Amino acid sequence: MISLSTYLSVSAVLFGISLAGIILNRKNLILILMCIELMLLSVNTNFIAFSHYLNNTVGQVFVFFILAVAAAETAIGLAILMVLFRKRNSIKVEELNILKG
Amino acid sequence: MTDVIHNLTIAIVFAPLLGCLLTGLWCRIMPTRMAHAITIGLMSLSFLLSVYVAKLVLFDGGASNSNLYTWLISGSFQFHVGFLVDQLTALMMVTVNFVSLAVHIYSVGYMEEDKGQVRFFSYISGFTFAMLMLVTANNFFQLFFGWEGVGLVSYLLIGFWFNRPAANFGGLKAFLVNRVGDFGFILAIAAVLNYFGTLDYVPVFSQMPQFAASNPTMSIVSGTSSSVVSVISILLLIGAMGKSAQVPLHVWLPESMEGPTPISALIHAATMVTAGIFMICRMSPIFEYSATALSLVLVIGATGALFTGFLAVVQHDIKRVVAYSTLSQLGYMMAALGASAYAAGMFHLITHAAFKALLFLAAGSVIVAMHHEQDMRQMGGLRKYMPITYLTFFIGALSLAAIPPFSGFFSKDGIIEAIHAATIPGAGYAYICVLIGSFVTALYIFRALFLTFHGEERMDQHVREHLHETKAVITGPLLALAVPSIILGGLMIRAMLYPTDFSLLGHSITVLPQHDVLRITAEEFHGVWQMVLHSVTTLPFWFALSGIAVAWICYGRFTTLPVWMARRFSWIYRVLVMKYGFDDFNQLVFVRGGRRLARWMYEVTDRELIDDTLVNGSGRAIEWLSLTLRRLQTGYLYHYAFAMILGLVVFLIWVIF
Amino acid sequence: MPVPVSDLMLAAPQWFVLIMTCVTLLVSLWSGKKASPWTYGLSQVTLLGAVVITALMYDQPRTVAFYGNMIFDKISALLTIFVCVITAFVLLYSRDYLKQHKMAYTEYHVLTLFSALGMMVLVSSYSFISLYVGLELFTLPLYALIALRRDAAVFAEASMKYFVMGAMASGMLLYGLSMLYGATGTVDIPSIASAIVGLPQGQHLIIVFGLVFVLAGIAFKLGAVPFHMWVPDVYDGSPNTVTLMIATGPKIAAFGLVVRLLAEALPDVHVAWQHGLILIAVLSIVLGNIVAIVQTNIKRMLAYSSIAHMGYMLLGIIAGTASGYSASMFYTLIYAIMSLAAFGLVSMLSRDGVDIQRIEDLRGLNARNPWLAFMMLLVMFSMAGVPPLAGFMAKIAVLEAVISVGQVWLAVVALLFAIVGAYYYLRVVKVMYFDEPIKKTDIELPSMDMRVAMTINGLSVLILGMFPAVLMGLCRAAF
Repeated sequence: MISLSTYLSVSAVLFGISLAGIILNRKNLILILMCIELMLLSVNTNFIAFSHYLNNTVGQVFVFFILAVAAAETAIGLAILMVLFRKRNSIKVEELNILKG
Repeated sequence: MTDVIHNLTIAIVFAPLLGCLLTGLWCRIMPTRMAHAITIGLMSLSFLLSVYVAKLVLFDGGASNSNLYTWLISGSFQFHVGFLVDQLTALMMVTVNFVSLAVHIYSVGYMEEDKGQVRFFSYISGFTFAMLMLVTANNFFQLFFGWEGVGLVSYLLIGFWFNRPAANFGGLKAFLVNRVGDFGFILAIAAVLNYFGTLDYVPVFSQMPQFAASNPTMSIVSGTSSSVVSVISILLLIGAMGKSAQVPLHVWLPESMEGPTPISALIHAATMVTAGIFMICRMSPIFEYSATALSLVLVIGATGALFTGFLAVVQHDIKRVVAYSTLSQLGYMMAALGASAYAAGMFHLITHAAFKALLFLAAGSVIVAMHHEQDMRQMGGLRKYMPITYLTFFIGALSLAAIPPFSGFFSKDGIIEAIHAATIPGAGYAYICVLIGSFVTALYIFRALFLTFHGEERMDQHVREHLHETKAVITGPLLALAVPSIILGGLMIRAMLYPTDFSLLGHSITVLPQHDVLRITAEEFHGVWQMVLHSVTTLPFWFALSGIAVAWICYGRFTTLPVWMARRFSWIYRVLVMKYGFDDFNQLVFVRGGRRLARWMYEVTDRELIDDTLVNGSGRAIEWLSLTLRRLQTGYLYHYAFAMILGLVVFLIWVIF
Repeated sequence: MPVPVSDLMLAAPQWFVLIMTCVTLLVSLWSGKKASPWTYGLSQVTLLGAVVITALMYDQPRTVAFYGNMIFDKISALLTIFVCVITAFVLLYSRDYLKQHKMAYTEYHVLTLFSALGMMVLVSSYSFISLYVGLELFTLPLYALIALRRDAAVFAEASMKYFVMGAMASGMLLYGLSMLYGATGTVDIPSIASAIVGLPQGQHLIIVFGLVFVLAGIAFKLGAVPFHMWVPDVYDGSPNTVTLMIATGPKIAAFGLVVRLLAEALPDVHVAWQHGLILIAVLSIVLGNIVAIVQTNIKRMLAYSSIAHMGYMLLGIIAGTASGYSASMFYTLIYAIMSLAAFGLVSMLSRDGVDIQRIEDLRGLNARNPWLAFMMLLVMFSMAGVPPLAGFMAKIAVLEAVISVGQVWLAVVALLFAIVGAYYYLRVVKVMYFDEPIKKTDIELPSMDMRVAMTINGLSVLILGMFPAVLMGLCRAAF
């Protein structure tokens, strides 16, 4: 039997990886979108683990909502990416610095 | 009926505000005719309603005290906008609205050629609103709002002709002197809030007897203790001294004559300057419990009544004569309050509003006819050119000099008798002052009358050719004001001062039995005509009559006499012309001393220490900081994300540990 | 589980907006024109209808509906009314700008309406699920709105930055919420509040751990330091009308988020979040006011000013008392009105393809159009907290709240930096009134309804300052 803390550690690690991915990646915006997805999944892991150990289904219901919203979010993210690419011909993160100061 | 009174009061108070806003907001584009119609129409409405409210309150026994709006709740303190309508308020509303309406109409003629007319009408309507807020207030907070409101419009109007240096100086002086008074007033309000926990009149006044009985003290300078009631009363008195131009804070009123004449009549004679008198009447439940404050009121008032009267005798500017006369009459009112004859003070306030507004407007009529010449040495013999102005000025002068049966006689006689009957410290001195004052009053006003309307014509040829009676918009208000100047006193005296079955003031004023001087003098009052007939045997009447006689001898018959007198008693003359040195003293000590101190402060502390080091230093530091912090906003997404994570970590540490 | 009819009735404003938005979308599609007057008209009907419905329901007692997912109380009613009114003003101010800059007309209206619907759901949410759905429903359309203008790369850049950081922030918020769920076993706000009371000490640490993540999410939505980085870039990089949208309604919704999460779900760990909020508030006030000074771009300057304002707003929350919450609510509503007027004026001045960007562009505005300049003057003075304007009253209220709980030093810091802040607001006034205009021509005035709306908006700042008691009373009654 895997303990709750193991699940929590896994999800914390996933969360950390996703944050690190956003900070360290300077080239490809799509990677950032993937990291965001990963972050939401780590939260989902948390919810499901808690739901299981608390014997309480509401956490799993929450996960469905998060999944639905995450799908919408990714759709919008990709759409913005398209617009950006059309204007700039590049999706490098380090080139996004017209706005500053 | 209470609701009716409350709702009508709202309309009365806000109608002038509406006029002020409508004309003020569109003052650049509004035709003058339209501005006249709007402001005068709304003023008439306000006046008629206030007459109706006065009927309800004075004759049908109605009253109202309710809050309209809670402006702010701060902790346990509540600040309301509310109206207390009792007999005192009703009388003041009618007085204020009547004079204000007359002045509105008069100004149509007086300001005819002025380009800033619409602005002018907006100001006087705004002034009326503030004054009505002041008199209808049911709490100290709103009283203070009205108090500052009338002050503000007053400064604006003194400096109405802002391209004249003297007008600007006058406005500045009025502002500065009033600050001294207002400072006292604010402290008084703070003390009331501190000791009573509320600013509403009714709870404060009802707590007063027990509060005074417990004789609370406070320590202003460590080691001494003073009665709280006296401190509050004296602070209120200081406020009243500023607004009502009592010695030694009277110096601003003569300078205020730089404003247009209708303003002098409305603000600086009939209404605003009487705000202090009204306020002390309203605060009678507080003043009554402080014998010290009452004596102080009496002495200050009586001193002002006599000594500012002397100054009027040596003035050459017709408006200044009337202005000094206002100071002197305010002294009379104040002295009456000190003697606990609040009703007499209010009575004189009302009759004075009529005859002093009349005198000012008549003087204004002369000034218009003389093409804005105000020096009486350039006038003379105007009687035959301006019969209506002459007649009305004459009526005003008789009323002011307290000649029976004109209005001023009844009210002033009431005051003098009341002071005679008073027993508090200072009453003897005050009686002598007001008695001699009645001689001086008659002297200066008839001096002005003779110099202006009688004798040889001293104006130049050009002016004489164009001399004629002024228009109906000017003479109309004069005639309208002449009527109350003649009959008001006789009509009101019984109900005001010596009520038997019907009282105009009712219970709106509190007088302790041991101070009730009017009850003593009431025993000698047997009716209006008896009083007139009886006056022939009293001192004040003969003092006044001899004043007129002396004026006639000096300025009507033997015109060389005053010149000789001035040379013979040159030191007295000099003292009077120097106005007892108040102005020079202020100029020397406060203005020049203040300036020198200010310069030192400016050069040493301000420029070197504060400006260079602190202000510019911190300014530079902040700008540097700003530029540095700005660089944190690099524009790179991963830096932003990093900042968020860093923030998260810092918060984890900060909150958990 | 059938939903009772009474529950459906309680959500009437939300239903109404949802259905009407779909109707607007369909009608606009069928009308076939690029900028159909139907789109605008129906959108306004939607919002004003929601206002009317909410106002009619205002006196209803506090009711929980949809199995604990939704609540109707005075807070939700008042915030809903303000969200709808302000969004209606936003649409009015944007109308000409959208046409002149050839932005997608229907999309702008429908996305704005969906975003408003999200805010309405958020402010009346009573469980984490509805709260999260509301939050995402109001932010997702905003990302799209920014990228709606496709004629320059900055818009896409701003949109991308906002999107990435927004997603990160909601990830953090969710992570915090999952911790709270784990510690209490429920996602209903009142159940969490009661579950925390009986928790052992060990579990408490989990709550506080989760709380920090929640605070991060909240601070991001408010745009408070150190989660503020998006604010200047997004305000600057969005089309003016979208900035107008982002700077007004979402602040009100974020206030709802703060109240539901901190005041209602976590009152028992008050000390912990108070501790965190003090840091956030002080940093926001300091950094916002200081960095605003050197800005030359008016939208960036207002962005930093909004960071500072959110810091001031948090002071009332920090107090943690009912009067503190109502002071914060008052502050938020007043700020939304001021910000509406300020960005509304900026959008209104951006006519004929010219975007107002620099403060310099306002030079001599008074000579060119005294009315616009006067409205801007009122707003700037109010933001600086000059009496008797509304901003002054709002500042007084929050400072009083924070002093009443003994945090005098916070009030002192807030006041000191309010003085620093006055500098950059007054600079705008100086530029408008005392500098020579670059162009001497008169500014073409917008249509009558816009002018009336702007006058109402500008004067409301003055009137609410002189007579704050009505709105203050409503805010007080909500708590």
